[in-house]
Amino acid sequence: MVAGSQTGPQADTPGALVEDIEAEGEIEVMSQRQLIWRRFRRHRLAMAATVVVALFYLIVIFSDFLATNDPEDIEAARQYTPPQWLRLFDGWKPDLHVCKLVGKRDEFLRKVYEADCDQKVDVQIFAKGYEYSLFGLKLDRHLFGVNDPEVTAEDAIFILGTDVQGRDLYSRLMRGTRLSLLIGLTGIFISLVVGTSLGAVSGFYGGFVDNLIQRSIEIIRSIPTVPLYLGLAAAFPADWSVERRFFAITIVVSLFAWTELARVVRGRYLAMRQEDFVTAAITAGASQRRIIFRHMLPSFYSHIIAASTLNLAFMVISETTLSFLGLGLLPPAISYGTLLFTAQNIQTVALAPWLLIPGIFVVVLVLSLNFMGDGIRDAADPYGS
Amino acid sequence: MLAFFVRRVIYAIIAMWAVSVISFVIINLPAGDFVTTYIATQLATGNLILEDEAESLREFYGLNDPVYVQYAKWMTRILQGQLGFSFEFEAPVRTVLGMNLLNTVLLGAGAVLFIWTVAIPIGIYSAVKQYSPGDYIATFFGFLGLGIPDFLIALVMAWVIFDTTGFLATDLYSAGYRTAPWSLAKIWDLAKHLVLPVVILGTAGTATLVRITRANLLDELKKPYVTTARAKGLTEWQIIMKYPVRYALNPVISLTAYILPFIISGSVVLSYVLDLPTIGRDFLRALTAQDIYLSGAVILFSGWLTIIGTFGSDLLLAWVDPRIRLEED
Repeated sequence: MVAGSQTGPQADTPGALVEDIEAEGEIEVMSQRQLIWRRFRRHRLAMAATVVVALFYLIVIFSDFLATNDPEDIEAARQYTPPQWLRLFDGWKPDLHVCKLVGKRDEFLRKVYEADCDQKVDVQIFAKGYEYSLFGLKLDRHLFGVNDPEVTAEDAIFILGTDVQGRDLYSRLMRGTRLSLLIGLTGIFISLVVGTSLGAVSGFYGGFVDNLIQRSIEIIRSIPTVPLYLGLAAAFPADWSVERRFFAITIVVSLFAWTELARVVRGRYLAMRQEDFVTAAITAGASQRRIIFRHMLPSFYSHIIAASTLNLAFMVISETTLSFLGLGLLPPAISYGTLLFTAQNIQTVALAPWLLIPGIFVVVLVLSLNFMGDGIRDAADPYGS
Repeated sequence: MLAFFVRRVIYAIIAMWAVSVISFVIINLPAGDFVTTYIATQLATGNLILEDEAESLREFYGLNDPVYVQYAKWMTRILQGQLGFSFEFEAPVRTVLGMNLLNTVLLGAGAVLFIWTVAIPIGIYSAVKQYSPGDYIATFFGFLGLGIPDFLIALVMAWVIFDTTGFLATDLYSAGYRTAPWSLAKIWDLAKHLVLPVVILGTAGTATLVRITRANLLDELKKPYVTTARAKGLTEWQIIMKYPVRYALNPVISLTAYILPFIISGSVVLSYVLDLPTIGRDFLRALTAQDIYLSGAVILFSGWLTIIGTFGSDLLLAWVDPRIRLEED
């Protein structure tokens, strides 16, 4: 602690100031990563958003464990049942339960379900349910649920209601989170590879190559995304398998995302070429490769992460929009988009508003990714004001 | 300025060519040529198409030629104004596009107007009163507008309006007015129906523009010339309006061109959800039916429009701000 020892003689300075100076001293010995983390941590909203994004990824891993019913299970008899909110207390006594749904016929002889809170359905923690595999293990325990797997419509729980085919929205939402985020992650990977390499080439060689790449980026960015995406997606044959379509759609949504990344990488690269530490490295006789990978790249990792986070948000929206229009992923694939596909018109929404709940997930996820990305971008340059 | 102009023209032409190639590729992506699809659909509806009729169709569209010749022929026809035939609508593509052109332009122009009149004052207010409650509210709604997909805003708003007032905000005309000749009553009916789509379409663009106006103005307000103006005794209103706002609005010009693709993209989705009779809705129908000449024309023209818009705003910007054209020279 060099700076700390220097404050020693000035014993009469107020304690707060000494602490300040000591903190300054710590900053001097902090690594780049520590500095960025320190700055990011101060950004409360970004920190909260990061926690939310982490929760979404937990859902990706544990979607089957969190689900209560088999997402594919079709039961015509329980079409459009409203959500049964989980209740933690019965009066003052802690007791996990939901109100029992009682089916009635309305004046049009449609079956309508109403919650009858005098009868409750007990909900168990770690209940037995449908089988799934997690990390290669065959499991049948779920975070919560009703133990008897052969339950009737009256006894089953649908905490977020059901869709037109009587499938459990909550369980489908857990499964859909997985696919939507996987599309985003795969897309990020593609755009990362294409974007950083083209950006680096552009910044490194400059001149004609740079001009060519930059103009191409401008052209790509000037094309309205939705018509192009839709055109491409519509060109894929409808009989493709779910996996094949998944990859095709992923490539479509990454078509634009890499351009932003390439620009960021190129911009940072050009700005950094003039920096003293790069000149120092050159003078010290470091090889070209060492300068790029050892000296320059670490200082714009955080810029890349920030751009990728914002890209992820964009990709989630793109996938959701494409699938909502019936041109992205198609049922039986479950994603946010295909879930919202069931709520396509006002009539359906008015009949079963809970079908829009996946939309809330999309909004929360996209906003969190935006806040997180903004936070990282602010923290990415820890030496700024 | 001339060098700048020439360079921009060349870029714009290259970009338009690139878009035309992309559109052509998209048109040709589906397996089998569309004559096969057309014959299949005609057979399904009971119309028998003779083999030589199919062959003459192929000949007319040049489907037996090599790809680059097909592209050249297609491009030549487009430039001559022959956009092909829409099999889904059973009319020439030009007629189909013409039918709903007015509605589409009204919707787009309304959205741009909405974005300007709402975003610029809010952006200025947010920057001048930074960290005030009003600023926080604007920022919050701005983020919300960015984070919610267009179709979701449309669905929720239309549902809420329907639920509370019973007004079904779909379509652009009430049933009685759709085919009626133009009258004041019809215009009033159209205006009522336009409000919601325009607001929804404008929301995302407004959010972006508020953020940019605010950021630019904040940068400007810190500059020494503002302090100088204040020291000279100008009123706060004069200080803000005379210099920083004018400069901060420059990017707004260039942004309007970038908003264009958003509006085109947004109107497609919105028209689908709210069932608006626009080119966007026809486009989606064409896509699902693999009606390639119509969908190709829409992709091509929306791309070209954006490029021309960007080109125009670049020129405007260079004209307004000498630093830009000097920097490029």
